[in-house]
Amino acid sequence: MNTESIVFLVLAFFVALFSVLSVTTKRIIRAATYLLFVLFGTAGLYFLLGYTFLGAVQIMVYAGGIVVLYIFAIMLTGKTGDAKQHTLTVGKRAAALVAALVGAGLLMFVIITHQFVSQQLGADITNESAAPISQIGSSLLNAGEEGNLLPFEAVSVLLLACIIGGLIIARKR
Amino acid sequence: MNITIDYFLILSAVMLGAGMYGFFTRRNTLAILISIELILNAADINFAAFNRLCQTGIEGYVFTLFSIAISAAETAIAIAVMINIYRMLKNNYVDELDTLKW
Repeated sequence: MNTESIVFLVLAFFVALFSVLSVTTKRIIRAATYLLFVLFGTAGLYFLLGYTFLGAVQIMVYAGGIVVLYIFAIMLTGKTGDAKQHTLTVGKRAAALVAALVGAGLLMFVIITHQFVSQQLGADITNESAAPISQIGSSLLNAGEEGNLLPFEAVSVLLLACIIGGLIIARKR
Repeated sequence: MNITIDYFLILSAVMLGAGMYGFFTRRNTLAILISIELILNAADINFAAFNRLCQTGIEGYVFTLFSIAISAAETAIAIAVMINIYRMLKNNYVDELDTLKW
């Protein structure tokens, strides 16, 4: 067991545990907190893969932006009555559990039986050369063969539409 | 023990299963949205892991960035809609939101 394996196993256990807790807990504010832990764990996985910029974006956008939005929305819509009225029947809950377990199990079967041609984690690429930030930047603003200018512009238009839509939907009438 | 891509994919499948379970069982709209975040996050892990461990390029990296941006936009709009619904109907449980227009 090398260091990468131990770090990966710890992070994977952390992420899996908190993602299950996040959907099984009764209180929604706790679900949001567990989601925050899941997102931090995912950022740790990105750092482990050598993608430091991606991990930083994950922490800034998800943990710093989206989770704060969730917390504010939960507090703004706080008093929604008794949550006990909204629990499902046992049959429906069991059906959902079976569907989720069968779906995840089927995926895991395919993953385990398929022989991926994969490198080992931390094998030959050093962390600095995994994806240099200059390559990311030139790929985002390059319209040529290996460029991603069109999706970049599409995302910028999407964000503009999102700003305008959010303002119009949430404004006071 | 060497960590190959299978381990990342299995972790992502676990996260996807948790998200599916939450999506089916939750009744609060914000909790459903949290489950959707879990599913999107599982997809992001897949992108990054495939890009890092199976080939040499940066397409998966760049598309993870786009995916994060899109899910941020989606969350902002969805939360605006839900706050507006709560302001009008004083409720945000999906089994009670049955009034489309009044």
